[in-house]
Amino acid sequence: MEILRTLPGDDVRQIMWRYADRFDLQMAIQSARSIARGLVARLVADGQRNTHEWTPRKAELLTAFDQSGLTALYMDPEDGGFIAGPKNLALSLVALELAWVDGGSATCSLASNLALAPIHEKGTPEQRHAYMGGCVPPQPGEDRVVKRGAFALTEALPYIGVDTGVVSGRVRVSDWQDGQEPMLQVEKRGRFITNMDFATFVTAAVDSDDPRIKGSCMVILEESDPGTFDRGTPTKKMVHQLSSTCDPVLNLTIPASRIIGGYEVRDGVIVPNFSHGEIIGSVFHRTRIPVGLMSSVKLLSAVEPVIRYHRNRFRGGDAAQPGTPRFDLGLQQKEDALQRLVDVWATGEAGMSLGLAAARLADEFDPIERAKDALLAERGVVGVRAQMSALRKVQAQAIEYVELLNAPVGKRDEARFQELDADALAKFVGLDALSNVLIPACKLWCTGQTAVMMREAVALVGGYGITEDCPGFLFQKWNDAQLEATYEGPEAVQRRHLTATMNNPVFLASLHAWVRELKDLAKTRPGLGAGVLATGLELWAWTLDHLQNATDPEGRKLYHNKRQGVTFPLADALCWLLGPYFLLKDILELEAKGGDNPVVADGLQGLVTFFLDLFHVQAARGTGEAGRLCAELVYGFRSPGQKCCAVGDAECVGPEELAHFVHLRSKADMCFTGSRLSKDRAGLALSQVMIPEALDYPI
Amino acid sequence: MSGLHIVVCGSIVPDPLQTLEPVTTPAGPGLKNEMMLPAILDPWAGHALFEAANLAKSVAGSKVYLVSLGPKAKLQQVMMTIGQKAPFELVVADGPASGFTDAAEVAAELAAAIEAIPGLDKSQLLVFGGWQSASRGAGATLQMLGERLGITDQFQGVDEIKMQADGSFTVLERIEGGSYQLSSCAGTPAVLGWATGNLPEPPNNPQIGMANMRLIMPALQKAKPAKVSTGEVSFVAVELPKQVRETRVVKDMALEEMAKEIVDWIRG
Ligand SMILES: Cc1cc2nc3c(=O)[nH]c(=O)nc-3n(C[C@H](O)[C@H](O)[C@H](O)COP(=O)(O)OP(=O)(O)OC[C@H]3O[C@@H](n4cnc5c(N)ncnc54)[C@H](O)[C@@H]3O)c2cc1C
Repeated sequence: MEILRTLPGDDVRQIMWRYADRFDLQMAIQSARSIARGLVARLVADGQRNTHEWTPRKAELLTAFDQSGLTALYMDPEDGGFIAGPKNLALSLVALELAWVDGGSATCSLASNLALAPIHEKGTPEQRHAYMGGCVPPQPGEDRVVKRGAFALTEALPYIGVDTGVVSGRVRVSDWQDGQEPMLQVEKRGRFITNMDFATFVTAAVDSDDPRIKGSCMVILEESDPGTFDRGTPTKKMVHQLSSTCDPVLNLTIPASRIIGGYEVRDGVIVPNFSHGEIIGSVFHRTRIPVGLMSSVKLLSAVEPVIRYHRNRFRGGDAAQPGTPRFDLGLQQKEDALQRLVDVWATGEAGMSLGLAAARLADEFDPIERAKDALLAERGVVGVRAQMSALRKVQAQAIEYVELLNAPVGKRDEARFQELDADALAKFVGLDALSNVLIPACKLWCTGQTAVMMREAVALVGGYGITEDCPGFLFQKWNDAQLEATYEGPEAVQRRHLTATMNNPVFLASLHAWVRELKDLAKTRPGLGAGVLATGLELWAWTLDHLQNATDPEGRKLYHNKRQGVTFPLADALCWLLGPYFLLKDILELEAKGGDNPVVADGLQGLVTFFLDLFHVQAARGTGEAGRLCAELVYGFRSPGQKCCAVGDAECVGPEELAHFVHLRSKADMCFTGSRLSKDRAGLALSQVMIPEALDYPI
Repeated sequence: MSGLHIVVCGSIVPDPLQTLEPVTTPAGPGLKNEMMLPAILDPWAGHALFEAANLAKSVAGSKVYLVSLGPKAKLQQVMMTIGQKAPFELVVADGPASGFTDAAEVAAELAAAIEAIPGLDKSQLLVFGGWQSASRGAGATLQMLGERLGITDQFQGVDEIKMQADGSFTVLERIEGGSYQLSSCAGTPAVLGWATGNLPEPPNNPQIGMANMRLIMPALQKAKPAKVSTGEVSFVAVELPKQVRETRVVKDMALEEMAKEIVDWIRG
């Protein structure tokens, strides 16, 4: 049987992650990679992470990003960028290339885009043009300084953090002459604001402190505005030191035209077109995807250094003679060393597949969202309520759409699918339901599980793992994952988001379609692990349904947004299952298309077998974790006095209303069949795979 | 002086950080998993390309072609980086880029590919390449290519070319003993096998990349298969140069100390 011959390269990833025909993305990846494995790695190796301050050496990053086009990646061609259309996948791929070496450098590359995102999503055309264009580095012959932005939402304690409603930033009218544009006085004390050491503008969330301004909004503050633009002291962070973070104090006078998205004057009151809540909702929806991927990619980056350490462990000196297994395999003689690395790798693959599925979905979704907005405007449907009601009316079509979307291409009603695919509203509702699960799931699971599994990777390198000399910067990556789990909305925020979206019937229709697909696959290709995942998803769906109807012994509803003890673990359970599902899809894509590329065709069978083994490992793990969480939720809220069944503990078969759950649980256990054999095989493959002579970045 | 037509010949080599293990294949010697190993542009050809781009910028109306004999799927990957570094038009002959193919056959294929470039003005032609390659250090290909194209003004180990307004130019070639030979040449055509040149690798520029890709992708698609083999050569044995590893990893050692240690070692 053929096994994995080399570590998967670009040709393989381009097929799996679906950008084989996007040379714009492939070029951006190469640019990011050369910066990551060159400049970024040198900065880390030279100890630049040991300072909190923004140093001239760290600032070299900005020049490198400018020169190689990464700064302009977010912009549209008309503003000086080079990629047309949505850029979620592009930004994700670049961020993960940088994070392969150092997460802080990726944050540094993304932060200006985060500052621009409110302007990009909701800004007026003038704002968009001025700031998107202004953030493109000057071209030869142009005489201007590039703008760089910071995004200031979080405030000094006790104000904005997870709870974005407790705004202390203030805006009031400072001067309003008849017939002239009002001048506003803005006060904002930020906390943990990225890019602040060198930002030339800040997009800040503020609330009205003046009866002549209605509600909250976001504003653009420039360093040249009259008043105080104090960048503040650097945050003494122990992670991501290649990004700049400070607690700024801003007190500035600005024209009202800096209200993001503009305003109207109604009865002598300035009414911003968008509240700060509306803006950050649309911003964070997308920007969280690269963060999840920045975490997961660390696990993939750990594979090569760990294998090399294990293999070389006893070489040199007289600890082992060439030709002996001890010399050739080193620690890879030991099953546990191999299999723990399989776990690390499988977790990384699942996270990558989930995150990139979310990124591609966001790219597909962006134009549909705009088409939906245009259609509703054309029909005169304005206001949030009216829009929600219009969208609710197409729920049945949206369900049908996602079912067809997930049905096998040759077997579905193609004409109907095309019809619904062209229906902007149905498609919007369908994709919205999916992205509202995939995006928070990616941020939550990829960051959280990387923080857990990077510890395993660090452990696999023994004492070196916790020294500065550890190849691959594993210790730093472990720590960095914790920040990635925190900024742009900590895990609690993602779980709260999932609580509101994972029970959406449109999403559930999609999930049930996945179950059907997996069951079909399990029939035609038994032993793959599709069965265990199908059972895990069924078990989860059953549990959700049960918890939505069940009450605790005091008669209180279990599935309720106040009961985070129910909804949060259920959200976690779902996330365990999503990664493996998208991983399987990516492997099947590779299997189907790899043969067309001569580079990939060579060794394809071994590669696919290996990836399927990783999938099986992760599907079993995911179903195991989800099953445990579901069991705790289903049984855990029954009072100790409530007997399981009439026969007593010894022969308990469970209460009747839970019979199906009991059946699914035991089926899930049986579905583990073969999963450890997959792990054995994957471990063996790791002991034989050819790796490069040396890491391609310094230590 | 009207614009130069600079043809840079260069292909790919396996990334030198990879494990390069010679194996015997039905088509002669090769490297283990060669097709799957990531590749880079041959560094010597890279120097030639960057020098060509620089020269083309200084002589109005000039044009750079990169002629590559290599497996097109792998070339495509390498173009994602190289295509962003300098403006050029790609010409591809789809065949092996192995270090074991016969230099004469390679030169014949390259000559045919160059002859077929539409609108190429041979009187304005400069053929650039590496004076050797990272996969085969014979330094033979360019010389044979020049002969086939009828270009007998040839320079090897070039580190600099300086064009004069009248179309003549001077060339700095490396010769033995760390010295240089300065030659002057009345004009094109000429063949220049580059050593390292003097230019750093340009940073990636996506605007150049996007412009290049409009021609690179079609060039890859319409690449003609090239038949090159190991020719008459039969390889008795192939092995990597023996590595003598008495490596010590020392951090933060002063440059003077390092130099002193090397001098001590040389003196024995
Ligand atoms: C290095 C770094 C860079 C940053 N960059 C920026 C930036 O550029 N711009 C910006 O605006 N912000 C930035 N932040 C701020 C970041 O987004 C916040 O730290 C984050 O949103 C959490 O807010 P907090 O620290 O106040 O945590 P808190 O709000 O105090 O929450 C702490 C913890 O309490 C629990 N918790 C809180 N609320 C709930 C709830 N409702 N339900 C359940 N549990 C809850 C959770 O466990 C949560 O993790 C950055 C932070 C760091 C560390």
